[in-house]
Parts: sequence; C-alpha cells; structure tokens
Amino acid sequence: MDILRFATAGSVDDGKSTLIGRLLFDSKAIFEDQLEAVERTSRDRGTEYTDLSLLTDGLRAEREQGITIDVAYRYFATPKRKFIIADTPGHIQYTRNMVTGASTADLAIILIDARKGVLEQSRRHAFLTTLLRVPHLVLAVNKMDLVDYSEERFNEIHEEFTAFASKLNAPDLTFIPISALNGDNVVTRSENMSWYDGTSLLHHLENVHIASDRNLVDVRFPVQYVIRPQRATDHAFHDYRGYAGQVAGGVLKPGDEVVHLPSGLSTKIASIDTFDGPVAEAYPPMSVTLRLEDDIDISRGDMICRPNNQPAAAQELEAMICWMADGVKLAPRSKLMIKHTTRTARALVRDLHYRLDVNTLHRDESAQSLGLNEIGRVSLRITQPLFVDDYARNRLTGGFILVDEATNGTVGAGMIVEARG
Amino acid sequence: MLQADYTTSQLDVLEAEAIHIMREVAAEFERPCLLFSGGKDSIVMLRIAQKAFWPAPIPFPLMHVDTGHNFSEVIDFRDRRVAELGARLVVASVQDSIDAGRVVEETGRRASRNRLQTTTLLDAIEEHEFDAVFGGARRDEEKARAKERVFSFRDDFGQWDPKNQRPELWNLYNAKIRKGEHIRVFPLSNWTELDIWDYIRREEIEIPSIYYAHKRAVFERDGMLLADEDVVNRGDDEPVFEAVVRYRTVGDMTCTGAVQSAAATVEEIIAEIAATRITERGATRADDRTSEAAMEDRKREGYF
Ligand SMILES: Nc1nc2c(ncn2[C@@H]2O[C@H](COP(=O)(O)OP(=O)(O)OP(=O)(O)O)[C@@H](O)[C@H]2O)c(=O)[nH]1
Ligand SMILES: [Mg+2]
Repeated sequence: MDILRFATAGSVDDGKSTLIGRLLFDSKAIFEDQLEAVERTSRDRGTEYTDLSLLTDGLRAEREQGITIDVAYRYFATPKRKFIIADTPGHIQYTRNMVTGASTADLAIILIDARKGVLEQSRRHAFLTTLLRVPHLVLAVNKMDLVDYSEERFNEIHEEFTAFASKLNAPDLTFIPISALNGDNVVTRSENMSWYDGTSLLHHLENVHIASDRNLVDVRFPVQYVIRPQRATDHAFHDYRGYAGQVAGGVLKPGDEVVHLPSGLSTKIASIDTFDGPVAEAYPPMSVTLRLEDDIDISRGDMICRPNNQPAAAQELEAMICWMADGVKLAPRSKLMIKHTTRTARALVRDLHYRLDVNTLHRDESAQSLGLNEIGRVSLRITQPLFVDDYARNRLTGGFILVDEATNGTVGAGMIVEARG
Repeated sequence: MLQADYTTSQLDVLEAEAIHIMREVAAEFERPCLLFSGGKDSIVMLRIAQKAFWPAPIPFPLMHVDTGHNFSEVIDFRDRRVAELGARLVVASVQDSIDAGRVVEETGRRASRNRLQTTTLLDAIEEHEFDAVFGGARRDEEKARAKERVFSFRDDFGQWDPKNQRPELWNLYNAKIRKGEHIRVFPLSNWTELDIWDYIRREEIEIPSIYYAHKRAVFERDGMLLADEDVVNRGDDEPVFEAVVRYRTVGDMTCTGAVQSAAATVEEIIAEIAATRITERGATRADDRTSEAAMEDRKREGYF
C-alpha cells in the first residue's frame, strides 16, 4: 500500500476542517469515543448538528474561536491507500502554518464557499500550492447545499478559477462540487447533483497517480551523517566508514560511478548498506548508508551525485521567498542562516527584485521589503557553496529554510529558481 | 522493498522518515537522549535508532522517567533490552523528586504520579543538559498531539506554546536553540497504532508480556479495568475480579486501564485493533478524561 499526503487550503470558514471530519467519518475512520467527545462538545455549545470540524480543531484556542490555527495531521486508510492529511488554517495570520502543511503534500484540496466564490485568500492559497509545487490540485466547490446544488453556480466558479489558474503553473487540476456538511460527493456520489459526472472526492484521492511525482532521474544524495563505529563490538566493522543519508533523487546502485561535491573527486559505490543487509538499489525516499571504493574526505553537508549529472554548486541564488516572521522584515542586506538539504550556511540578501501581489500576481518592483506572509523574489549570496537544483526539478534539493540568527525562529521558506556558481 | 516501479510501502516510507529524523538529531545536537519506557512506541523508536546508526552503536543514552508505579514486567523488559544493546540508561525517578520535595504526592482514591512525571522529566533534562529529547508520541493518539511539530521547541521552562510553533517545511528541521532550551523530537509522528503493530510483526520485535492476553486481578472504575496492585488505591465499593485482559498502552498503573481481550499473538492483536471502534487512549487512559484539553494542558507544562 502506498501513501498519499494531502493538505487542505482555502479561505477561513470555507469548510476545510468540516470536510476532513466528513471524510474521516464517512470512511469509518472515526472512533466511537472521538465521536462522542465531538457530539458532547457540539451539544454543550448549542450547535444543532454534530460539528465535525472539532475532529481536527483540537486546540483549546481553536475551539474557543471556531477557527483552525495550526495544522492538524490526521490519518486514515482505505483498502487502496494510506492517507496522511494536513488540515491547514485558512486565516491569513496563520499562512505559515498552511505552508508547513502544504510543503510535503502530493495533493492539495482548495476549498471555495459556493456562495462567496473565489476570494483573495483562495487565490493566495492556490498560488502558494503552485509555488510549493504540490503536483495535484483539487478545487472543491463547497457548501453546494446553500446554493441549491446549482450547476450554474458551480460553472461560474469553475470558469473564474480556471482563468486565475491559467496564470499559475497549475499542474493537474480537478473540480468537484461538494457539501462537506452533508457529505455530497465526499465519499459517495451525490444524488443532489445528477448533472455532475465526475467521481467523488475520496475516489479521486484513492486513484490519483503519484508514483511519477518523484525525481528518479537526477542522482542526489546529501550526506547527512558519517558512520564510523570505532567502538563497535564486532571487529569486522572496525574500519567501517559509511555515509548515511536519505536519497533526494535518482536511483543509486553498487558499482555506479559517483562524484563527491565539493571536492569533485570520483569514485564508485562499493555497497549500499542498511541494518537489514545490503540493497541492490536506493531511490527516494529511502534512508541508506553508502560505502565508497576510495577514501575521500566526506562530511555532513556534502553531496554525492553522478559525473554527468551534477547539481549547481552555487553561492549566488535566485529564489522565491515566503516570509514568515512576525516582527522583522526581509530586506536587502538582511543576514540569515540558511538550511538547505543537510548543509547550514549564512546568507546575505543582495537584492529584492519584486514583491508579488497574490491577488493579481502583479510584481511590485518598487517594494523595499517583505513583511509577514509576503512573497517575493530575491538574490542571495551564501558563505559557502550549496549543491542545488531548481525547485521545479526537485523539491528536496531546490527548497531551503531561513532562520533568524537572533531569535532562532524559522522565518523564511525559499524555492530556488536559478542558481549560479 | 524493491519494486520495478520504485514505489515504497507505507512502512518503508515511515521508517525512512524516522531514520532521517534520528540522524538529523545526532548530527545537529550535542546531547540528545531517547525516552525509553518499555512501551511499544518507544520499543519501535529504539529499533529505528539501531537501524539509523548501524553498524555503530546508538550514539545517545536512553532515559526512563520511572514513577515507581510501573508494571514489573515492563521494568524487567526495559532492563533486559538495555543490557542487550549495551546502551546507557538514565533513570529519572519520581520517588526521588518526592523525597527531594520537588513535588508532592497526590492523595485519595485517584492519586496518581502521572502528572508529577513532568517535573521529574524536566529536572532530569536540566541536570543532564539534554538539548534534544526523542519521544515516541504519535499524532494519531490525541487531538493536541495531532498539532505538534516533529521538532517541537521547548523554552527554558520546558513549555510548549501551541499557538506559536516554528514553521516546518519539507524534511528541513530547525535545530537552533539557546542554552537551557530544548527540542522534543517525535520520529514516529506520522505512524498510527496499526502501523506500530504491523512494524512489530514485520520486524519480529519482542514486546513486554502485558501486551498479550493474560489473567489478571482487576477492578472496574469509570468503565476501565485497573490492575489490583498496592499502588492503586481501590475503594471497598470496587470489587476485585479475575479477567483475561491485555494492555493497549503501557503507562503508570494508577491511570492505565486494561482491555478484555483474548489476543495472544501479534497477528491477533492486529486483527483486534483493525476492528476496534475505540481509540487507544480513550480505552485505556484515565489521565485524558479529566477535561477536554487535558493533554494540551499537560503538554504545555512540559509533559511527554
Ligand atoms: N451549509 C454548509 N455549511 C458548511 C459546509 N461545510 C462547512 N460548513 C460550515 O462552515 C463553517 C466553517 O467550517 P470549518 O470547517 O470550520 O471551516 P475551515 O475552512 O476549516 O475554517 P479555518 O480552518 O478556520 O480556515 C462551520 O460552521 C461549518 O459547519 C457545507 O458544506 N454546507
Ligand atoms: Mg479549519
């Protein structure tokens, strides 16, 4: 069985948490004691129906305010797949939590309230999911029960969103009319919308093809940890030296010729080790340990790749940044810590090219800084080379985070668009 | 693991993610430790640690917060496992905290040392200067845990601030802290109870005997079966009877309930869990029943 990771997105109150509650409930992934607790809480607050959003809105503050503040992770499985759900907040103040949930998603469900249509926050989230390169999008037009299940209204929103999406790099995009509250088209096809001839949301989630979303072409092995068992009880391992890490791209095999960066030295893979014995191949997302034929000085933060397919060794980066700090702004001359794969360095913001208006996608080139939840394109200078690919080619070698050196907070998410040596 | 189309099974994906997290901690922190209680989640976590650093030994000590009210089968198992691995075990004792006047023992029928553990844990983290502490908590266990990051920041007082968590993108974890602060790390965040059992079966991992059906003297309280042991304050109106039970979670005897079950093998346990309609904590933990936000409140104070 494989895993599909998906995230919800969309504006406040569009029904994201209710949808997840409904999906869990109708696929029988809710336990009796959880349901009882939710029924009790709904009753205590005088809600007439069982408020399924309480299944994911688990924090005290969220229940008090009736909104989602941080991502909730939920799990369920059908005979076809295991699902990891990130239910993210719609409120603009918590955009960074939405970004957290969407960064690892294979698919994002963007909800729209059928009465309200495409809002600024719907556009912001749609833009963020495409910026994060979530490979599959579902546009779920929710609360169809409140517009008499109108095909016309659905088509209007379909058209409006399609027009906006044409300006994005929207990959695979599917539209589904639903009622999260009543369950129409969530797990089973709705009888209230006979005009809709697509599948239910769950059916789509079970069948969307995700195997080809990983990069199996460009071999990238960021060295994470060097294993040297000096006090191993077994003397056979006394001279053992292995390079542990998680494969970020491509397929590695024993005997393959590889290049070590930054040295540029070549060698061959002697063996790919795991606790359970050597393996014949390693590919994402496997965590393995490589032994190499030659003794090369290799440490954490280095990269192993193939001779004729190397990442850029870059000290100058062009990247899209999503800024996530409350107080401090990002501006030219800002100095930050950067963490990219297993390497941490310092970064200097050389230039802010533009700030993006997520509503219109207009580029404001006069912008002097990026504030909380703003997105823009910057040039960075790094204190040492990073081994990078374009984010569009590989999310793992193209993404990075920025950390404030004073507060240690994670203040920026970066996606590389162009790297120079 | 090998398949022509390079797909990876769910257990392999979860294992690879957990190994990555452990290596990240070993590389970025000075003094990590792994909380090992002898319960199924920490047993799986320990297996992952073995895998992550093989053939080298696990590069950090284990720590157990011992309430003194643990099941003897579990303590025996803990010591045996630690000896087999040649690992270093730090035992932080709630009794010592009581003797030192750091906490006051609860009284009455529902007296439990569960909550007192937080002080013992935080004192031990401070004493040993641990900067990263692995916990076996899973997000599917409880609604507040469902909200927590893999790298969960704790301030000088060991507190969790659920409204102000660090963003956490891709597989990039921010390990930066100041002295006195620490990070709780949850490598099994994305595992479910069923995943844990499937993994125990696949890896043929030994677990304490109390997870399997056995005869035990118990009494009923709040719909839960508690063990009739000296440390559990039973009232005269709570009659003891013998039942065939097993434990779904392993914790302090005073607040961990048994479930009636005849499941005597891992396969039977998996079949039982796949069919159950009650969550693991709902069925067995009195500590979550005190209020709607009981777990969140304890976590804020620095609980596991
Ligand atoms: N009539 C109707 N109401 C709905 C539907 N889906 C959600 N709602 C209601 O809309 C309100 C907001 O729902 P939530 O699920 O909390 O919305 P959300 O998108 O998770 O909100 P945030 O997470 O705070 O951004 C609740 O009162 C729901 O009951 C629907 O399909 N039909
Ligand atoms: Mg919500």
